[in-house]
Amino acid sequence: MFLINCPWCGDRAETEFSYGGEGGITRPLNPDSLSDEDWADYLFMRSNSRGAHDEQWNHSQGCRRWFGVKRDTVTYKIERTYELNNTKSGS
Amino acid sequence: MKKYSAVSLLRNAISHNRNWQQAWRCPEPRRKYDVVIVGGGGHGLATAYYLAKEHGVRNIAVLEKDWIGGGNTGRNTTIVRSNYLWTESTLLYEKSLQLWEDLSQELNYNVMFSQRGVYNLGHSLQDMRDIERRVSANRLNGIDSVVVDATQIKKAIPLINTSKDVRYPILGASFQQRGGVARHDAVAWGFARAADDYGVDIIQQCEVTGLNRDGGRITGVETTRGSILASKVGVVVAGNASVLATMAGLRFPIESHPLQAFVSEPMKPVLDTVVMSNAVHGYISQSDKGELVIGAGIDAYNGYGQRGSFHTIEHAMAAIIELFPMFSRVRMLRMWGGIVDICPDACPIVSKTPVDGLYFNCGWGTGGFKATPGSGWVFAHTIAEDRPHELNAAFDLQRFSTGALIDEHGAAGVAH
Repeated sequence: MFLINCPWCGDRAETEFSYGGEGGITRPLNPDSLSDEDWADYLFMRSNSRGAHDEQWNHSQGCRRWFGVKRDTVTYKIERTYELNNTKSGS
Repeated sequence: MKKYSAVSLLRNAISHNRNWQQAWRCPEPRRKYDVVIVGGGGHGLATAYYLAKEHGVRNIAVLEKDWIGGGNTGRNTTIVRSNYLWTESTLLYEKSLQLWEDLSQELNYNVMFSQRGVYNLGHSLQDMRDIERRVSANRLNGIDSVVVDATQIKKAIPLINTSKDVRYPILGASFQQRGGVARHDAVAWGFARAADDYGVDIIQQCEVTGLNRDGGRITGVETTRGSILASKVGVVVAGNASVLATMAGLRFPIESHPLQAFVSEPMKPVLDTVVMSNAVHGYISQSDKGELVIGAGIDAYNGYGQRGSFHTIEHAMAAIIELFPMFSRVRMLRMWGGIVDICPDACPIVSKTPVDGLYFNCGWGTGGFKATPGSGWVFAHTIAEDRPHELNAAFDLQRFSTGALIDEHGAAGVAH
């Protein structure tokens, strides 16, 4: 079980959190002009990286806020957690 | 290949079992193959076998980074069934089930396929409606599926708790008699031995590190044991599908998750069928060794670590104890995790790719073991003919942009 550092609540057990999938995916701003392939890429295609992975978690049984996590998908080590905002902060 | 038979058992017993023929060779990789299969699990070995047997391809290599059958083939709960909801998946899994029924004879290797039946339990009115719908769909597709009520379940499985005084009472189930379990390792070994007999080179400890292309065409693979040229490359690597796709500059709709399972200490026979439950989320059968084989759900997060979080196991265990209160006193012996490749629609991708001569077979997610022979059979066809068989035509990579998904999530009685 992970110990996840919520940016607002500090270290809490994984069971308090919900996983929200890959982070940094932006909804296309030009939906009308998007091709089927571009939609498929946005909706379904994922980096699914082996190693460093940017993802989003929600502290669903706590403060209920979303935040970003950089985690290694092989060692499962959480490198850092960070608040989400409008700037790209994943890297 | 010397055939296994009662006579061979006797002959080898007399010679103190010192003269058994090696089941498959350990060849050095050659410089060039017609077809290279990446991934020496059950699906990859089955693909090589059917390529050689059904399509007459002789110059085939199977490249495995560890040892054959050491990945998900050796890490699942060995359940086989074909009672899916949608026609596309039903027909594909049914093809596989039909191949299972003759597999031991076909391979001259006892895969211990046991058609002991599979129950998919329903715990609510909606569960039962879904079960009625799925069973009706199954029967229209010629699958031996029936709806049974709690009394029938209790009669067949005396240990199960069908009391109404539990959080998730058992109201009924779908039952497929032709479903069951098989011996996972034997499936890999049987296919390996039979493929080797057709001259397939099974190369272990050989990890693919790159997919070589010339323009839009595959030319071979880079491996930890040197470059290998190949006219066609079929990739069947389950949880690592995205890693291999990236090597070819492709993005796949797959996410890899840990899926855990565990076995108990061996016991006398207590459970002679397979019980699965979506709602409480656990599945259980008893192996021929007497161990209870229990499967959990996937861990929510992406992971390649072949292990998951403990609360996932706790959750599955709670479900099993709810169904079988008596098992609360059974001690668990081993647990492990496999890395499953989950597609958004919980259906596989058995498909050509934008790279000529490169084929992918992945996305089987939590339910790939049952498909082993069928998956190999259709993938062999796809590679040999350079077009899908009608059974896997719908499982094309293109479906994610056309929108023709085959939504088996939740609908199929799949424990996921």
